[in-house]
Formats: sequence, C-alpha cells, structure tokens
Amino acid sequence: MSSSTITRATVTRRGDRVFSGLSRGAGIAILVILAGVATFLFVEGRAGIFGDTEEMSGSDSFLQYVGPLVFGTVFAATLALLFAAPLAVAVALYISHYAPRRLAQTLGYIIDLLAAIPSVVFGIWGITVLAPLLTDNIYPWLNANLDFIPFFSGTVSTSGRSMLTAGLVLAVMILPIVTAISREVFLQTPRLHEEASLALGATRWEMIRQAVLPYGRSGVISGAMLGLGRALGETMAVTIILSPSDGYFWSVLTNQNSNTIASNIALKFPEAYGLDVNRLIATGLVLFAITFIVNALARRIANAGFSGADG
Amino acid sequence: MRFHTKRALAITAVASLLFAACGGDDDTADAPAPADEPASTDAPADEPAPAPAAELSGTLIGAGASSQAAAMQGWQAGFQAAAPGVTVEYDPIGSGGGRKQFLGGGSDFAGSDAALKDEEWESSKEVCAGDLGAINLPHYISPIAVPYNLPSLDGTTLNLSPEVIAGIFANEITNWSDAAIAADNPGVDLPDLAINPVHRADESGTTENFTDYMAQAAPDVWTYGAIEAWDADGPGGGEGAPQTSGVVAAVAAGEGSIGYADASQIGDLPAAAVGVAGSFVEFSPEAAGRIVDASERTGGRNDYDFAIEVNRTPDSADTYPIALVSYHIVCLEYADQETVDLVKAFMTYVSSDEGQAASAASAGSAPISPEVQAEIAESIAAISVAG
Repeated sequence: MSSSTITRATVTRRGDRVFSGLSRGAGIAILVILAGVATFLFVEGRAGIFGDTEEMSGSDSFLQYVGPLVFGTVFAATLALLFAAPLAVAVALYISHYAPRRLAQTLGYIIDLLAAIPSVVFGIWGITVLAPLLTDNIYPWLNANLDFIPFFSGTVSTSGRSMLTAGLVLAVMILPIVTAISREVFLQTPRLHEEASLALGATRWEMIRQAVLPYGRSGVISGAMLGLGRALGETMAVTIILSPSDGYFWSVLTNQNSNTIASNIALKFPEAYGLDVNRLIATGLVLFAITFIVNALARRIANAGFSGADG
Repeated sequence: MRFHTKRALAITAVASLLFAACGGDDDTADAPAPADEPASTDAPADEPAPAPAAELSGTLIGAGASSQAAAMQGWQAGFQAAAPGVTVEYDPIGSGGGRKQFLGGGSDFAGSDAALKDEEWESSKEVCAGDLGAINLPHYISPIAVPYNLPSLDGTTLNLSPEVIAGIFANEITNWSDAAIAADNPGVDLPDLAINPVHRADESGTTENFTDYMAQAAPDVWTYGAIEAWDADGPGGGEGAPQTSGVVAAVAAGEGSIGYADASQIGDLPAAAVGVAGSFVEFSPEAAGRIVDASERTGGRNDYDFAIEVNRTPDSADTYPIALVSYHIVCLEYADQETVDLVKAFMTYVSSDEGQAASAASAGSAPISPEVQAEIAESIAAISVAG
C-alpha cells in the first residue's frame, strides 16, 4: 500500500458515478436491514422483558428465563470452539505448509464443502450416527473414569442427546470457517520470514512456530471468533440433538442441559402466543447482542495487527 | 492476498450476523388475512332447508390446533369429494392462536385442544351473530400411548398404574426394578435399569393432556397439575425431545426409556397397559373413543355446547383414559346463510362415520361413539342465521 501517494483522478465518467452509487446503496441497504432487524427485536421484545410475567408460561422474571439460555448458548459455542479451533489450525497448517500442492487443493475443497451442508442434515447425522456411537463407546468411559470432574459427572444420557454431542456437531459445523481463514493467513506469511527462519537452522516445525504462527495469530483468532458467532446462532442442529431442561447444568453427558437461545426459540415459537412470543423475541434480542459483541471483538482483533508478526 | 482475506472476513462477518439475526429457523406461517365476511344480512327469515353438500360453494376458513393438522388433511380431502365447490382452509397456528383468531373474527371456526374459557365464551358473543356465543364440538380424539423401551421384557406388555406413571415422570420412581412397578406386574422379570423418562421439549397439547391425566388419576404423586410446558412448570428432570417424532426417537434410542406420544406415531415400540378401575387397559381406538362418553359436559352456557371435563378415571375398565380431545369451535349463529350452510355441512361431515374414518386414516385418531355422534348432530342442527 506504499503507492497511495498518487494524486486522486478528478476525471469521472458515468460508469464511476453509477458504480459508486450502487456500492453506496448496497452499503446503506446493509445498515438499513440490520437496523430494521434490531428495531423489530427491540420493539417486539420490550413487552417480553417488561411485561407481566403472570401472563407468560412459567412465572420467572425475564432474567431468570434468559439466564440459563445465555449460559447454554455460550457453553455450547465454547465447547464447539474448543474442539474446532485446534483442529482447524492443524488442518490449515497441513494444507498451507505440509501437504503436496494437489492434495492441499483437494482437501481445501472438501473442507469448504462441509460449510455447504445444511445444519438440519448435521443435526440428523448427529442424532442418528454420532450420538449412538458416543453413547456406546465414549461417554460411559468418560463417566466411569473422569467423574471427579464436574463436566463428566451425573447419569449418562441413554440416547446421547447431551451437551457434548451438541458441542461436537457444532464443532464440525464451524470447522470450515475457522480453517478457511486460518489457511488464508498462514499462506500470507512472508516468504522472507520463513526462509530467514530456515536459514538460521530452524526445522520446519520451528519455522512454523517462529514465523507462521505469530504472523497468523490475529487472523486465527478472528476466524475463531467468526466460528463462535456461527455456533452461537446455530438452531436446527441443536434443536434436534440437545435434550433441554430449565436451569444451569455443567455436566456435558447427561440429559439435563441448558438450552441455547436459538434452539429454544425454534422449539417454543410454533405454539407460543401472547406475551410468550414477545419474550421469545426478547431472547432473540439478547442473542443478537451477544453475536454483535463477538463480531465486534473479532473485527477489532483482525484490525489490530493483521499486517505482520507483532511482538 | 491481503485484500482477499479481508474480503473473506467481511463476508463471513456479515454472514454470521445474518445467521444470528434469523436464529429462529421456523417459518412463521402468516395467519391468513381475515375473511371478508359479507356484511349483507339478506337471509330469509323463515327456516331454510339445509342445502345438499354437493351444491354448496364457498370457502370455509379455520385456524388453530396443530394437533388436528393431519386429521384436517383427511377431512379436507374427504369433504372435497362430497362438496367439490367448497374449499376448507385450515391454518395450524396452535390452539391459543386459533381461538384468538376466531374471537377476533378472522376465521369461521377454530380448532382447539382446550374448550373456550368462560371469558372467551363471553367475548365470542361479540364476534358471533346473535347473543348465543360459540359452542365447542369434540370432534377429534387422539389417544396418547405410553411407549417404553425394555427389550428384556420380550413382548410382555407392561402394566402401569396411574401412581406408577406419575411417579416415573415426577422422578420419584427411578429404576425399573422398583417395588411399585413389580407390584403391577407379577411374574415379570423387571431389569435393574435406570428409568429415562422422555417428555416433549416444546409446548404441546399432548403434554397438557398427559399431565392432566396424571393430575386427575394420581393427584398425590403428580402435584404439578395439567401443564403445557414441562420445564417451566413441571418437575424438570428426564430427557426433553422436540415434537412427537423426537420423543419416539429418543425412547427408541435409549434402553430403559419411557415416554408419551400420539398413539399412531409410536411405530414398533410397545405401549404400556394403563390402570383403570382396578384393572389394566391396553390402548385401542375404541377404548380411547369412549373417553368422551365417560366425561361430563361442563355445561352452564347453553344446551348445545359440548365442552367436556375429560374424565381420566372412568368407572369401567373398557375405557382408555389418556387421550387428547380436540374441539372445533363454531358460532351457534352466523350472520349469513352461506356460512351457516358451509359450517353445518363441514361439521356434519367431520362428525359422521365417514369423517371419523378419514381422520383415523390420516391421523390415527379414535372414533367418537355413536351416542356422542347423535348428541353432536343435535348441536350442529341448531346452528342457524341470527335473527
């Protein structure tokens, strides 16, 4: 970007005006849509937050109602990120620095393909394939040997519809985003950094540690945040897989789980009416806020130090 | 490259925002626009003879219980054959929404798992012509089975008394080898296995009827009353699963599970025989259909109203007590002859043997008994033009 000193051309043709108008319009449209959604959530949700709880099913206050849902949402998304991020970084490194070129390309396509599978398909796969597999083989072992850790205590769900299953399926779903972004930033590592590292006698792993990872760190983090954003809002897969209960539950193996906001809306909306609808919309507003914060965070990290190995 | 990444970031950021924004994946089917009721009241003053169904034409608009959605498809198809000129629309927006829409004048009839409440009946006098208000017709009986997953029983049907069922779902009986279960099933080798009670995670009329059964038949054990939302108002615990299909799948997936679901949807799972009047009744459509006969009308409104207080503790052991009774709510008086004819023709069809067979085929419902049919026919005959 060192060539930005060129004086700005004053000549404009019709094409310039049309294009700048179009792009400005698109930019404004996005803002209008976003503002429209936010306004809708706020206007419709207000009655759900401040309305008479006597008229809603369950007489909790809004905070009592939304608390477990926020917990469940963040818990499921965090679990997903915990599984997906290391795997995504490893896959991205393999594609960018280890795999032969042809294989790397194929692998990249396959990972991208994962992003194209509808979430309801992931949900059905999770409930019919993954859940029984884990219930038969992994969960009882975890429960028997690690139940001193609160996460693995309790009675193992017989159908496998637990928080851990949901987290794992979400992990598979966010893998493509995190991998794609990590791969892009790893590929951007300046050739000179890598060669300098190798010239100093570093092995390939040492070179990656010294040159590639520091350079790509902020990119990986922002990719992970975007994955987190996706996991927070995921609906169908969680609705199908998770066995929800009311309250806060740390254990990831039982059939007692805090539901997520999106999944709760999908479950309750079809039969809800009156103030219950407003309350569901209000939880949507909360999810909107959480996602917004996560994305803002990602944007900040991405902008902070993209261009080079900081530190 | 740098540009690429930034662009990718921007795109994914926007995309994830959008994902979040449309978090609720459900298509909120918009309620149909309120029917424009022709305000003209040029109906003849004398009692007109009911027109034969085949000569009728027009559109009948209903909305309400999603439990009736499958049955309604059967009725729509059957009625279409009898009255080719009539279109019956039904929007399964839920019982509460259906009653609300009916009371707001947005539909000709409502489908509802619960009869009109007293205050709703009062407000029905405003939307219906005349001052007689609306009536409830119990047209749809959907038996609820209690399926379980215990392969070791090998075909033996489990007997469960109301107290045991309530104990299981209130998380008080937690193992299949419990003495209370053994007492109901002498000679059956019950496994030492944890019980996994499965309930509906979404709000549902099935849950409401099942909990109403437990509240009536075992009030000492089930102290939560009749509830629609399990987690908000119930005992908690157990496994939650979305929709009937989710409950059935969850029961089928885990050995030791037990649930409650629309009897026509449980597939190959065995269903428990339920304790009634000192013995145990296995589910059958006929046994479930007798529930309306065994129940008292709530009464107090007018002679044609057929709202019932479903009696979950019948005196005779040939009645299966766990069933969802769903109503059609119609006005006793409409403003115009056309609507009266349409409503009468459709309701007559639905309560006929033919109509009940159609819903049995499409939704697995239980037939209403001939005695109840005769009583309903009287109510339908009373529907008329105001004035």
